[in-house]
Amino acid sequence: MAIVGHTLLALLEGGPRHGYDLKRAYDERFGHDRPLHYGQVYSTLSRLLKNGLVEVDGLEAGGGPERKRYAITDAGITDVAAWLDTPEKPEPYLQNTLYTKVVLALMTGRSAADVLDAQRSEHLRMMRELTRRKAGGDLADQLICDHALFHLEADLRWLELTAARLDQLAAEIDPGKPS
Amino acid sequence: MTATLTDHATDSRREETPALLEAVDLHKAFGPTPALNGASIRVRAGEVLAVMGPSGSGKSTLLHCLAGILVPDSGQVRYNDRDISSLSEAGRSALRRSDFGFVFQFGQLVPELTCLENVALPLRLTGVRRRAAEHSAREWLERLEVADVAGMRPGETSGGQGQRVAVARALVAGPRVVFADEPTGALDSLNGERVMELLLAAAQDTGAAIVLVTHEPRVAAYSDREVVVRDGRTRDSELGA
Ligand SMILES: Nc1ncnc2c1ncn2[C@@H]1O[C@H](COP(=O)(O)OP(=O)(O)OP(=O)(O)O)[C@@H](O)[C@H]1O
Ligand SMILES: [Mg+2]
Repeated sequence: MAIVGHTLLALLEGGPRHGYDLKRAYDERFGHDRPLHYGQVYSTLSRLLKNGLVEVDGLEAGGGPERKRYAITDAGITDVAAWLDTPEKPEPYLQNTLYTKVVLALMTGRSAADVLDAQRSEHLRMMRELTRRKAGGDLADQLICDHALFHLEADLRWLELTAARLDQLAAEIDPGKPS
Repeated sequence: MTATLTDHATDSRREETPALLEAVDLHKAFGPTPALNGASIRVRAGEVLAVMGPSGSGKSTLLHCLAGILVPDSGQVRYNDRDISSLSEAGRSALRRSDFGFVFQFGQLVPELTCLENVALPLRLTGVRRRAAEHSAREWLERLEVADVAGMRPGETSGGQGQRVAVARALVAGPRVVFADEPTGALDSLNGERVMELLLAAAQDTGAAIVLVTHEPRVAAYSDREVVVRDGRTRDSELGA
């Protein structure tokens, strides 16, 4: 199940809620850049309902999906616990566009150093923005921005290491060429 | 819309502002070892400039030449339109005391003096009386959240406290340029971040420019722009940037 489903389910552990209320709770804590669409909330809830992970707890007059109040079931609670207990798969990023660009630049006689320099400057631009956002934000903003900053920093470390090995890489790509 | 207008304003201001400190085509060797091999850099008043690059690429040497600690073999360093490489050692030393502040990775505080005396030292060296100097020093220690270490010697403080004392000392005399060489290099992420925030806020208030040498991208992200040094050289874009 996607992260949104598990998140809505876990939010329901605090007590039954209406769809719009769930959306608000989600956006406030996890929405940051991308708030949920109502459509997404209701389609997710109907899937949870079908799987027996939530049930309708109360229905107000009118009857449409926005009138329903949802509660988590025992199966839902078990599902949240299992999800939290399962570590996320480490993302190895083995398909690296930047690596491909560097190799292609070397193969076609263009400047791979320029490719790396342009990327560094773009990464730093994004990191400056996140650093500024962090300075003006609350703890949640700080933690989320830090996560992004550490990942961007990892990219930049790889970039510097590659920049230091460009001659070596060029020689391996074209062994005939003197390096 | 507002953001766009502001960006343009910042850009054109950057183009118009003349360099406060400028190095052109510096070369410097230590015996047979070349350290700088055509490095150029411009620092504008109040800006935060990150100097990045691999270990041994010449970052510290460039910083030392900019600050008049080292004299380049060839090339020019101009501060306020004055060629400082042609000044005498005494002249450069006086300029460093009056206009520059320094923060290094470690070892910059005088171990025999208390932290308060360390921070007061730059003022004392420019002739400020003891009471006045220590009064300012105490205010700076407070501002950097280390008033409690005033009476301790540097060896008795933690790494993070020591760096905050060093930042206070760098700023106490109101420098136009602060040179910081890996100022957070010995600190953990959280402490390093706090030191950077405090250094930046203080420099912004006093209008000081910062030349920040770092190989940590997260530290460089506090800068307004970056210059990369590789094999003693900067990219041509720094010439007439
Ligand atoms: N006082 C010195 N005597 C002899 N060689 C020196 C001296 N200072 C620097 N060098 C040499 O000059 C080159 C550039 O050194 P520098 O300290 O400027 O590099 P750096 O970019 O600051 O490196 P790091 O990131 O490791 O601090 C290196 O080869 C270094 O060994
Ligand atoms: Mg160095």
